[in-house]
Amino acid sequence: MGKYILRRLVMCVIVVFVAAIIIFTIMYFVPGDPVEIMLGSTATVEQKDALRASLGLDQPFLIQLGTYLLNLLQGDFGTSYTYNAPVTNELLSRLPYTLLIGISGIIVDVIISIPLGIYAALRRGKWQDTACTVFAMACVSVPDFWFALMLVVIFAVNLQVLPVSGIGGPRYFVMPIAASALAGIGGLLRQTRSGMLDVMNSDFVVTARSKGVPEGKVILQHMLPNALIPVVTVVGGHFSRCIGGAVIIEQIFSIPGLGAYMLNAINTRDYPVIRSSVVILAAVTSIVMLVVDIVYALIDPRIKAQYSGK
Amino acid sequence: MSQTNEKFLEVNNLVVEYITGKQVVHAVNGVSFSLDKGHTLGLVGETGAGKTSIAKSIIGVLSDPPGKVRSGEILLEGKDLLTAPEEDMLQIRGKRISMIFQDPMTALNPVMTIGDQIAEVVALHSESGNTHEAKETALEMLKMVGITPERYDDFPHQFSGGMKQRVVIAIALACNPELLLADEPTTALDVTIQAQVLEMINDLKEKLNTSMILITHDLGVVAEMCDDVAVVYAGEIIEQGSKEDLFDHPAHPYTHGLFGSLPSMAKGQKRLHPIPGLTPDPTDLPKGCNFSPRCPYATDACRQGDIPLTELTPGHTCRCCNLGHLEKKEG
Repeated sequence: MGKYILRRLVMCVIVVFVAAIIIFTIMYFVPGDPVEIMLGSTATVEQKDALRASLGLDQPFLIQLGTYLLNLLQGDFGTSYTYNAPVTNELLSRLPYTLLIGISGIIVDVIISIPLGIYAALRRGKWQDTACTVFAMACVSVPDFWFALMLVVIFAVNLQVLPVSGIGGPRYFVMPIAASALAGIGGLLRQTRSGMLDVMNSDFVVTARSKGVPEGKVILQHMLPNALIPVVTVVGGHFSRCIGGAVIIEQIFSIPGLGAYMLNAINTRDYPVIRSSVVILAAVTSIVMLVVDIVYALIDPRIKAQYSGK
Repeated sequence: MSQTNEKFLEVNNLVVEYITGKQVVHAVNGVSFSLDKGHTLGLVGETGAGKTSIAKSIIGVLSDPPGKVRSGEILLEGKDLLTAPEEDMLQIRGKRISMIFQDPMTALNPVMTIGDQIAEVVALHSESGNTHEAKETALEMLKMVGITPERYDDFPHQFSGGMKQRVVIAIALACNPELLLADEPTTALDVTIQAQVLEMINDLKEKLNTSMILITHDLGVVAEMCDDVAVVYAGEIIEQGSKEDLFDHPAHPYTHGLFGSLPSMAKGQKRLHPIPGLTPDPTDLPKGCNFSPRCPYATDACRQGDIPLTELTPGHTCRCCNLGHLEKKEG
């Protein structure tokens, strides 16, 4: 198992490195000149050339790429063109907000969807099941930016129980987390429901009942661990989407997270910031995927056996 | 056979249906039988005849929906299990009645160690609920079914089919049940393992003086294990009696057919003699005798009304209206 995790960690590093090369190449060829944006249209050609030289943008592609990768290996994410400050510090101060919202969103998802999914499966075909299905469809269909704005209108503007935006304290995060959780609830609920339906009539569940196991324990100890295996995948996939999708939610609620930082950087062609944000997202995503696989092994001994090659 | 007023297990007019959408599958249609303490009853019949539904109804694990016990009673020492409250049934399941399932590959929880699966049933039914004691008992059970106790912490996927069936048997026998329902315990196993498993069930049963209902479609297994036999066809018991009665004097044409389908080594037989036709569609059973469409002796009388149960000799009953005619033919 330890060996497996180590091998996967090496893979993570490779994935992040490849992602870095790809994003660098894309940004290099995408139209738009950071120098133009920084100096404005009034600057002379000499001024622009001087700035370009000082940023190293006059070098050939391969040299630029090489310098970038070398710095990256040393943990240097470069200096933001716009803020003229090291990207590393900025990233470190912003990442926690994005992770906070993403992780809390997932936790809210799990708390709401898994019990509802179990409930829907147990009431299959009855009106409670239909109600859960409709609720899941609504969660999937409603755009999260619209939902976020509605939250603002209801809770901040009309009821005035929650602050509109910013990061003053725990109350400021209620709406962003709710908005971030929304999209995941539907998928997770449906997956839990179908996972439960798959195992509900399994022979081993009948075995458990024939042993005299009370129904509550049959559900929690015999059905759920088996039903959760596909659910874990969905949670993992949803987490990476949460981090990537933070852009909109952070923008709406003026949260100084990674998403907002990246969006501004794209507008100003702030290459070091864009690249670094993408690298961080790639790293977070591959680590989450690794965690998902480890959780798999913890739930399902058959997968654990594969990992350890037993 | 000592005759007491109260049988150990008595099943009266059991009717089980499966309701899927608009269709109603008539799985068990008025089955009655009784079983004495320490005896073994064999339920014989083709796949889909309703044998498993009978067993699941007795232990109360019929999956509802779609399964439903329509009517009838199942008396365990006079107490009706069908109307018993769920709390009482939780005490009875696994403790007084236990079941060995047909397919060992799927009968065990894949994410739980086999030891824990045995210990679970012990802990549920022990006075103290002490998990340490339960583990001790589970280890003993493993030894009893011939698995080394070191494998307590292994998961089902690490075992072969035969070994898994041993685990299933260990679970079923862990609390010394008074009634064991064995649902084709050897069907999924290799022939060589079959004999071992049957022998093991027999040994354990004798040690614990357990009554057993053995579901099978293997007449060889019946001959080896059972005291009494009931032949089930399309959800009805069509012939019932002691093993000797049925093997030596089969009365119903279907029972004849069953024995006729057995290949005989002695006669140097070249071809099998199957019963022609298929079992009737349980959603649309024929009128009258369920076997009439396949029966070579069927008359118009067979296709009308319910066929009564005739007692041929004490304890040997048969559901056929052409019995006299058949005997003449035989003679």
